[in-house]
Amino acid sequence: MSKPKVGFYWCASCGGCEEAVVDLAEDVLKVVEAVDIVFWPVALDFKRSDVEAMKDGELAVCFVNGAIRTSEQEEMAELLRKKSQLLIAFGSCSHLGGIPGLANLWDRQAIFDYVYKEAPSVTNPEGVVPQEQTKLGSNGYALTLPSFRDSVRTLDQTVEVDYYLPGCPPPVKLIVNAVTAILENKLPPKGTVLAPDKALCEECPRKPTKPDKLALKELKRPHQTLIDPEKCLLAQGLLCLGPATRSGCGAPCVSANMPCTGCLGPTSRVKDYGAKALSAIASLIDSEDEKEIAALMEQIVDPVGTFYRYSLPASLLHRRVRSRQTRTGGASA
Amino acid sequence: MSKEWEPRIVAFFCTWCTYTAADLAGISRMTYAPNARIVRVMCSGRIDPQFVLKAFADGADGVLIGGCHPGDCHYQAGNYKALRRYTLLKRLITELGIEPERLRLEWISASEGDRVQKVMNEMAETIRKLGPLRLERPLSQPLPDTERGAVPLTVSGRGL
Repeated sequence: MSKPKVGFYWCASCGGCEEAVVDLAEDVLKVVEAVDIVFWPVALDFKRSDVEAMKDGELAVCFVNGAIRTSEQEEMAELLRKKSQLLIAFGSCSHLGGIPGLANLWDRQAIFDYVYKEAPSVTNPEGVVPQEQTKLGSNGYALTLPSFRDSVRTLDQTVEVDYYLPGCPPPVKLIVNAVTAILENKLPPKGTVLAPDKALCEECPRKPTKPDKLALKELKRPHQTLIDPEKCLLAQGLLCLGPATRSGCGAPCVSANMPCTGCLGPTSRVKDYGAKALSAIASLIDSEDEKEIAALMEQIVDPVGTFYRYSLPASLLHRRVRSRQTRTGGASA
Repeated sequence: MSKEWEPRIVAFFCTWCTYTAADLAGISRMTYAPNARIVRVMCSGRIDPQFVLKAFADGADGVLIGGCHPGDCHYQAGNYKALRRYTLLKRLITELGIEPERLRLEWISASEGDRVQKVMNEMAETIRKLGPLRLERPLSQPLPDTERGAVPLTVSGRGL
């Protein structure tokens, strides 16, 4: 019997998820032994036409990382969905929108204006912006580019997704567990996030030092304080999103004195990660005075970037509301 | 603004103070703007910021939160918790392009029926001036009833 066929694809992403596959180290040999990787643009020279030539459902599994921003990414997502029995959203961007999803604070016009015209490092006196089609010279040959959509979407806002591997990038342990579960056909119900369904605090090495009742009088950023390497980061006034974030990563950031930023997203009971994380942090503030509370909250410099760092497209609101007057208006600040 | 549009407000009222005050307003036959759908909760501290965002996402133009006055919470400190969440949530929705006036917190005690009347009228007026809240959603996400036409707000099956 031939080995099951596997594909990897990337959409709007940084390449870190591809690195995560390499981070499997020797375990990658076991994977290659068990499966045939037939599509992986970053590492193997197969083209879209090779995928198009496949039968529907020919790929046993396809791991897609990155958010969906362009028409080409939509097409690839649809194509890979058709050709795969299991489509797995791999990493924060395809799971929740990820860092590229923060671009939903602006729209296409505002992004193009800034990137191609207004940024201090840009010289573009003729105001040239990318075109979706250009005719070349006399022979009339047309070059095309994919269309840049107005919003960033998650993979499951584009096509049906079977499972999710969370994380930025997904932790090696979770990838190994997922691959093992697929090979042994021991998968949980469809739609499951393939990670433990508990908060990060549960597996945090600093948990023993977490006070029963946290009461914060100050919110600090990591560069503003000398961090105790043993003590609960929240107890030190650092904005750690561990209480609102799914576990499964083994808390590498927290172990390295960096507060959790929430890349594994919420647990299954939470619909909107940012709102829940905000709720968790706001509840810990130790003040009953309106003015003092407002002043303390001001210490959170960038609420959207803090609470929706990886999940703005997957949030209940999905993106920033445009101003009614201009329709083009990006964020004013 | 189209003539048919009416502000839709979701009001989360704590059962001990503000909801009782709304009851009092009713018993006292006070009239006020009928734009709010009241959701009774046990305490303003029970109001998860997700409830507020869900209301906006499903077609509310404004959200009103009512709780007991500081020091009067039936559960000692639930209203302070609500205040802390509200303060941060207001900053968050402002950054997301929703006018801060669309979210309002009021302390209304059980005896202040007239205050319910005043706040409800003010809120309806504020939202009327702001116009409807139009959110954009990913293509695959169904539009809420409000964008398909005027349909009464119902309790949808896909709750939080």
